[in-house]
Amino acid sequence: MLLNQFLLLAAVLFCIGVYGVLVRKNAMLVLMSVELILNAVNINLVAFGALQDDVGGSVFALFTIAVAAAEVGIGLAIVLLMYRNRRSIDLSEADMLKG
Amino acid sequence: MSALLAAASADADIYVAQNVFFGVIAITMIWAALRVVTTSNVVHAALWLVVVLAGVAVQFIFLGAEFVAVTQVLVYIGAVIVLFLFGVMLTRASMGDDESVAREKRAMAAITGVLLFAVMAVALVDSFEDVRLVIDEPQSTTLVSDSIFSQYIVPFEAVSVLLLAALIGAIVVARRD
Repeated sequence: MLLNQFLLLAAVLFCIGVYGVLVRKNAMLVLMSVELILNAVNINLVAFGALQDDVGGSVFALFTIAVAAAEVGIGLAIVLLMYRNRRSIDLSEADMLKG
Repeated sequence: MSALLAAASADADIYVAQNVFFGVIAITMIWAALRVVTTSNVVHAALWLVVVLAGVAVQFIFLGAEFVAVTQVLVYIGAVIVLFLFGVMLTRASMGDDESVAREKRAMAAITGVLLFAVMAVALVDSFEDVRLVIDEPQSTTLVSDSIFSQYIVPFEAVSVLLLAALIGAIVVARRD
């Protein structure tokens, strides 16, 4: 199999994730788009690990999975706090810091 | 690009089944990812995300990384999606549609995504034109665990501390007091 087919698939997923982060207003959906981006990066890591015949790619993909789990936990806590305070998780309304 | 196609067709003779499977799963994943970022229902978006994550696990198996694939299923489909669904339940007032985004904002985001993909695709095709992956046998979990606990022990401990900090942080942030 070609290396490029995995890398291009990861690039497509990454770009779809970027589109989602830019276009979504619901904080939950933004977090889901971030997950798409992180998964694209994981495919790249494992593909390059397979290319080099090295376990480093897999190991760092595992680290990325752990960090992504932590990120989702913290992100959902922040979204819950935002919902509790403002009764809305619309990111375009979160402009309290605006001067 | 033509070199890539020629290499792909030469390669297809050896790995026919894998390439067909790869294509089917890649198209499914891309379709599901597009639904994640376009559907207006938050629960449906989470369920489409499950399809993408399962597809990523299959890609890991194609790449011979069995342990990462299993971890992907356990952590992402098992835990992260459940967290998302809990988040959706707890913030249910926002279940409404996400369609109020201005058309020009949508267009700008689409242009950004397409341009980003064009740049990455050109760079990738240019640098890894017909590099082959030879995956004879799956990566042994023994090797992965050995290198986590010897060569990569410092990042492993750092990730452990990070997870603990994230756990405590999530409790502190979300606690009602």
